[in-house]
Amino acid sequence: MSDWTPSERELERRAVRRRQATRSTVVATGVTVLVFGLLALGVVSSPGWQRVHETFFDGFHARESFDAILDGFWINVKLFMICEPLILVLALAIALARNARAAWLTPVRLLAALYTDVIRGVPTILLIVLFAFGMPALQLEGVPNSALFWCGVALVVSYSAYVAEVFRAGIDSIHPSQVQSAIALGLSRPQALRHVVVPQAVRRVVPPLLNDFVSLQKDTALVSSAGIFDALFAARDYGNFNFNYTPLVVVAAFFVVMTVPLARFCDWLQRRWMERERAGAL
Amino acid sequence: MSAPLVEVTDLRKSYGDRVVLADIDLTVHRHDVVCLIGSSGSGKSTLLRCLNLLEQIDDGVIRFDGEEISDPRVDPRAVRRRIGMVFQAYNLFPHLTVLDNCVLAPVRVHGVARAEAVERARELLDRFGLSEHVDKHPDRLSGGQQQRAALVRALCTQPELLLLDEITAALDPELVGDVLTIVRDLAEAGTTMVLATHEMSFARDVATTVCFLDGGRILEHGPPASILVAPEQERTRQFLRRVLPGTG
Repeated sequence: MSDWTPSERELERRAVRRRQATRSTVVATGVTVLVFGLLALGVVSSPGWQRVHETFFDGFHARESFDAILDGFWINVKLFMICEPLILVLALAIALARNARAAWLTPVRLLAALYTDVIRGVPTILLIVLFAFGMPALQLEGVPNSALFWCGVALVVSYSAYVAEVFRAGIDSIHPSQVQSAIALGLSRPQALRHVVVPQAVRRVVPPLLNDFVSLQKDTALVSSAGIFDALFAARDYGNFNFNYTPLVVVAAFFVVMTVPLARFCDWLQRRWMERERAGAL
Repeated sequence: MSAPLVEVTDLRKSYGDRVVLADIDLTVHRHDVVCLIGSSGSGKSTLLRCLNLLEQIDDGVIRFDGEEISDPRVDPRAVRRRIGMVFQAYNLFPHLTVLDNCVLAPVRVHGVARAEAVERARELLDRFGLSEHVDKHPDRLSGGQQQRAALVRALCTQPELLLLDEITAALDPELVGDVLTIVRDLAEAGTTMVLATHEMSFARDVATTVCFLDGGRILEHGPPASILVAPEQERTRQFLRRVLPGTG
C-alpha cells in the first residue's frame, strides 16, 4: 500500500483545490478590509467625531486612570472566579431537582420551579441592591456582613436560576433511549443521570453556558451600584472628577480582554469533544 | 450498451494513514442493481459515501452520467440532488412529520410546488403501507416503518441513482422482509441502485452485479450466480461460509 503515488489527475485536483483555497482567502481578506475600512471611515468622518475622540478616547486620561481601574477590576475578577463554580454547582442541583421523578421529592421539585420562576423575574441589579443593603441589616451571626459578600450571593442566586434552565434544557434534549439503555444495564435512575445523561447534556449546553458566563463577567460591574469600588466605580469616579469618560472605554476593554480567551477556550473544548466522538461518521 | 451511469476508476480514500479504499473500479449501468458485500469495515459504506460526494477522495475518478464529479469545481449539491441515499440508522428528521420529511427536499431543493410534492409523497407512502402514519413524527414509528419512510423520502426526489447503506441492518428479520420487498419492487421497476448489504439471499435474487470487498479493495465482482455460488477467491469463500450457514 505504501507504494501508492498520487495520479496525474489527483495532482491536478489538488492544484485546483489549492487555487480555490487561495481564491477564498483573497476574497475573505478583501471583503474584511473593505467592510472594516468603511465602518472606520463612517465613524471618523462623522461631525461629532472630534469631540467624542477627546472625551472617550484620550490617551492621557487612559494612562492616568489605568491603575485605579486595574485595582477595581481585581474585585470583578475575584467575584467572577468565586461565583462561577458556585453557580455551576447550584444550577445543576436545581436542574436535577426539577427533573426528579421520585414521589417524596415533589416539594423539592416545586421549590426548584418556584425558585427559577421568581428569581428570573427579578432584575439582577435589584437583587444586588436588596442583598447588599438588606442582608447586613439582619445582623446575622456567623456570616460576613460586608456588602461585597452579599453582592456575590446575589449574583450566585440570580445566575443559578438562569443556568439551571440551561442545564435543564440540555438534560431534556438527551434522547430517552439513553436513559433506557443505562437502566437496562442495571444502573439506577440517579446513576443514569450522573454517568450518562448529565455528561452528554453538559457538552451540549457549553455554548449557552458560555453565554451566561460572559454575561456574568460583565454583570459583576453591577456591584458598583451597591457602592463597591470595582472597575466601573473607579472609572466613574475618575470621570466625574476629571470630566473625561475615557476610563469607561478602558473598563470596556478590560472586560473584552477577559471574555475573549474564555470564548476561545470553549470553542476549543467543543471541537475536541466533537472530533473524539464523531470520528468520520455522519 | 449505453454509457454507464456511474464509472469509478482507481478510487482511493484514506483517513490519515489508514487506507480505507484502494484501487476501486466500479461500473454501474442504468437499471443495474449492484450489491456490495463484505464484512464490517471492508469499506462498503465509505464507497457509497464517496459516490455521493460526502467524502473527499484521495485519488481516482468518479464519473456520473459521463461527467467527472470528483472534480473540485463540480457543485456537490447538483450531483446529490440526482442521487438518493438511505442510511442504516434511518436518519429521519425527528422534528418533522413523516410527510414533511418526504416533502422537504422536493420543495426546497427541486422547487416542486408543495401541493404536488405532497401528492407524490402521499402516493408513495400509501404504496409502501405507511398511509396511516403520514402525519406522525418518526420516533412514533417502528424501525421497519421508519426505514420505509426513509426510503420514500429518498424516492420523493426521483433520483437517478439510489444508494442504500445496509438499510436492513438495524431491523428484525420480519421487518427486513418488508423493506426488502420494496427494494425488490424498485429493482424490478428499473431503479438503478448501489447497495451495501448483509442479506445474501436478497443479493442473489436482485443483484445484477455483486462486489465482494475486503480490506478496502474489491476482491472479486460479477453476477451473483458466480460470486455467491462459485467464488474464485479463497477469502470470498471464507466470508460466504460464515454468512451462509448450511450452504457452504
